[in-house]
Amino acid sequence: MTTATEPAVVVDSITRRFGALTAVDQASLSIRPGELFGVLGPNGSGKTTLIRMLCGLLAPTAGGARVAGFDVGTQPDSVKAHIGYMSQAFGLYRDLTAEENLRFYGGVYGIGHELDGRVAWATERMRLGELGGRLAGVLSGGQKQRLALGCSMLHRPRVLFLDEPTAGVDPAARRLFWDIIRGLAAEGTTIICTTHYMDEAEHFDRLVFLSRGHVKAAGTPAEVRAAFGGSATLEDVFIQLQDKEP
Amino acid sequence: MSPRRLRAMIVKEFTQMQRDRATLRLVLVIPVMQLLIFGYAIRLDVRNLPLAVYDASQTQESRALVQQFEATRNFTVVRHAASYEQALELIDSGVARSAIAIPPDYARAIKRMRGARVQVLVDATAPTASQGAIGAAQLVGQRASVRILARRAGGLTSADALPVDVRVRPLYNPGLSSPLFIVPGIIGMILSNILILITALSIVREREFGTLEQLIVTPLTRTELMLGKLAPYLLVGFIQVTAVLVVGHYLFRVPIRGSLLLIYATSFLFVVASLGLGLLISTLANAQAPAMQTAFMFLMPNVLLSGFMFPREAMPPLAAWIGLLLPLTYYLEILRGVILKGIGLRELWPHCLALIGFAVAFFTVATLRFHKKIG
Repeated sequence: MTTATEPAVVVDSITRRFGALTAVDQASLSIRPGELFGVLGPNGSGKTTLIRMLCGLLAPTAGGARVAGFDVGTQPDSVKAHIGYMSQAFGLYRDLTAEENLRFYGGVYGIGHELDGRVAWATERMRLGELGGRLAGVLSGGQKQRLALGCSMLHRPRVLFLDEPTAGVDPAARRLFWDIIRGLAAEGTTIICTTHYMDEAEHFDRLVFLSRGHVKAAGTPAEVRAAFGGSATLEDVFIQLQDKEP
Repeated sequence: MSPRRLRAMIVKEFTQMQRDRATLRLVLVIPVMQLLIFGYAIRLDVRNLPLAVYDASQTQESRALVQQFEATRNFTVVRHAASYEQALELIDSGVARSAIAIPPDYARAIKRMRGARVQVLVDATAPTASQGAIGAAQLVGQRASVRILARRAGGLTSADALPVDVRVRPLYNPGLSSPLFIVPGIIGMILSNILILITALSIVREREFGTLEQLIVTPLTRTELMLGKLAPYLLVGFIQVTAVLVVGHYLFRVPIRGSLLLIYATSFLFVVASLGLGLLISTLANAQAPAMQTAFMFLMPNVLLSGFMFPREAMPPLAAWIGLLLPLTYYLEILRGVILKGIGLRELWPHCLALIGFAVAFFTVATLRFHKKIG
């Protein structure tokens, strides 16, 4: 069990190879409970691979990690029960209604008599309003995104992983989404989020830059900017790091 | 195994199935459609082969012979030809599939016991269709001869005075009716084809839409996932079995001589084996199109080598041996045995064991392979 002082996520030299390609190379991180933590980097930098290893979807080639107090290598089932995960594809059943999606994921997470209350909570909290009876397939990008977030928060996970959650979502819906995310973090949920939108980086308490599987920079947005010449925006840092690659 | 998670999975699968009207229609209408088509259209025994008649004799005797041909019900006279060449042309053009040529001296030859020669031409491009006709034609000749000989010998009647009398009693299907053979086959055929295809597609679709990835990060276990997928299709399978049995029984008079319980119990085993195979296919293919192709690769041998239509006894050893690797081969033996022969477990237990083996093997391999694909 984690205590308030113990980190929510500890990553220790985690490495994943696919044949000759090293997707993540000896990455190490420590994330505090309630932190809103960003993993930034261009496509192919290893963000998704890192997240998948932390969720127990993918076994590390070397190194390891503890998530919500459990070892991802030896206790993947316990990890899965205590985390939420929202994939790029959202993972919704288009032929089920919004409410049926919520009820299904609630059931799969083993929620019993509490289910009605949790579905009502998710509907209200994710601003799904009257959408409960609509098929998930006909919802807008932003509504799908919030529904998927609701599905992954039903079981009150301690750690929530978001993989490119705002891809293909319009700006107004993105703002609403970040409001909800900040609210969840403020209530104590640890949130780890990947993105390649640099303008979203300022939302994070702390962040790391990944480039070709390596952690290139880590810290608060201000610290990262300072380390790269003070006046730079995060976007400048991003481009600077990219240019350094051969 | 958590009942709560399994229940959520089953409820979800049923809701999706009920919402997918196209598939639902497919699953419920196709068995009955196929049964009607196969039951009414397919006759493995050829009746009423179109016959062209070239009768140069034009006598009472020659007309009697043609009548005897028609009386076998293997032939139906469609045309009278004016010449031998015209009769050949009628077969060439497809108007007739057989022809009989009776020479001008037919009646005289019979009277003088000179051996009247009658030629029967049969279009043998389809061997099974022509075999019955050839056999029937030879029989007509022999019977006509026997009758004439009997009359000559004096005092003998044609039927009971034969020195050797071979009587064949066809067991289980005395009318040699094709539907009786085909209906049990259709049950197995439909069950395996539809179920293999639907399960293969159902998992592949989850992978394509990204819902599988989402499921894998939940505490849902592989077994719960597989059982959840299995439950609705098991019900579908039972509905299909019932529909085909009911229609077969009342429309085609297929008797059900053995135990219904045994039919359903073995159907359960067969459905699990088919679903396991479908799940296995889903682990071999990542998208719906390749999954369909892979499924068809399994479905073709099912039609050809299981004994559904073509007798396994006639197959060369390699083909027969491949047939032994198909669950359908055993299931068909069981169905025909129970439905037509009225036999039970005492005779069919080896087949049941084989089905259990297939069900366990496919399901285990699919579940194990499924695990690997996640990584």
